[in-house]
Amino acid sequence: MVSVTAETPTAKTFRLDLGRPSGHRAGQHFIVRLTAPDGYTASRSYSVASAPDGSSEIELTVERLEDGEVSGFLHDEVVAGDQLEVRGPIGGWFVWDGETPALLVGGGSGVVPLMAMLRLARSSGRSDLVRLVVSVRTPAELYYADELPGPEAEVVYTRSAPPGASRPAGRLSGVDVAPAIRPGATTYVCGSAAFAGAASDLLVGLGVPPTAIRVERFGPTG
Amino acid sequence: MSIFTRGFRGRGSAERDPRLPPGQYDAGTRWPVLTAEVTPRLDTATWTFKVEGLVDQPTTWTWDEIHALPPSAYAGDIHCVTTWSRLGVTFGGVSVDTLLAVARPAATASHVMAFSHTGYTTNLPLADVTGGKAWVVWEADGGTLATDHGGPARLLVPHLYFWKSAKWVAGLRLMDHDEPGFWEVNGYHDRGDPWLEQRYQGD
Repeated sequence: MVSVTAETPTAKTFRLDLGRPSGHRAGQHFIVRLTAPDGYTASRSYSVASAPDGSSEIELTVERLEDGEVSGFLHDEVVAGDQLEVRGPIGGWFVWDGETPALLVGGGSGVVPLMAMLRLARSSGRSDLVRLVVSVRTPAELYYADELPGPEAEVVYTRSAPPGASRPAGRLSGVDVAPAIRPGATTYVCGSAAFAGAASDLLVGLGVPPTAIRVERFGPTG
Repeated sequence: MSIFTRGFRGRGSAERDPRLPPGQYDAGTRWPVLTAEVTPRLDTATWTFKVEGLVDQPTTWTWDEIHALPPSAYAGDIHCVTTWSRLGVTFGGVSVDTLLAVARPAATASHVMAFSHTGYTTNLPLADVTGGKAWVVWEADGGTLATDHGGPARLLVPHLYFWKSAKWVAGLRLMDHDEPGFWEVNGYHDRGDPWLEQRYQGD
């Protein structure tokens, strides 16, 4: 573990050195496995937030879930210098390789794999390919606040907006998403099951073909 | 690699339910929704289920026709590769054995590709969907199977990880060879036995 930094009051970003090139694609995840002295294990998947850069380091942002066995341990116990068992990268569907138009729609912690995609676009000079719309409840709950919003990234607040915001707080609607839709783009939706369902319905209602939408639902996987 | 995690003791490992395969936890009454596609709205008036490929009698059932077959139920556990399990759940529908008895697999058939109305696919050895091990179900926990969980009907193969239990299932194609389905192309195991922790290719 290289470093642990607070992202929000309930989310931390864990920077890990794998000791080998990460080899990940934007959108993929790694498995973190904890092993107790009696051999008991608990594993969970966490999306990579950092862009592929050829290095051996990755960043995983982990939301602390209520009663979360693994997320709670990571938040309360893990410090820089610790050894963790990880496996990955995993997944070949919810990935973006930085060469085709992409619309990214995330809710809350669902922004994590989309951030890897946005960071890849920015670091490779292809921000023109990407539009990101992130929905969060309040400013305090926004991940990566140093990097969001941006020219190609919009933040929508559903419960309370920052002072001076032109858009009042309210749930994600067609008005928020429509300007980001472009024909031919692959759409990546990530968030809770409820968010993913609502966002997918919204996109389909705006004419996005269901076959162009890739969905990753974050379950209560602890 | 087998290392102990500094400071991790686990919780309740002494009382671990023997029904839980390794690496799984009990999700209790929660039933997480994990799907890679947009949830479809399927109309049972036009819904069909097909058995095709290497069979003597390729067959298509409508919603009413499949309901007229002898019912079959499952009561037991289900295991998702993302590490949640649900214990003591019930499903109702029809046994895959009943469907295959009508379609009659050819002697050369060794595997099936389950396919969904969304285009989702997953591959299984024929032996894993015969002998009372697989169902097409439209009831769960005593009620109608919800759309988020694959309704109006899904495949149920509860002895394998749950991505094999294709949601919104549209049919089975019998084949004389194995070939990877949607998640299997994307790094997941071809068989997916939770007791052997066959989560990813290479396990």
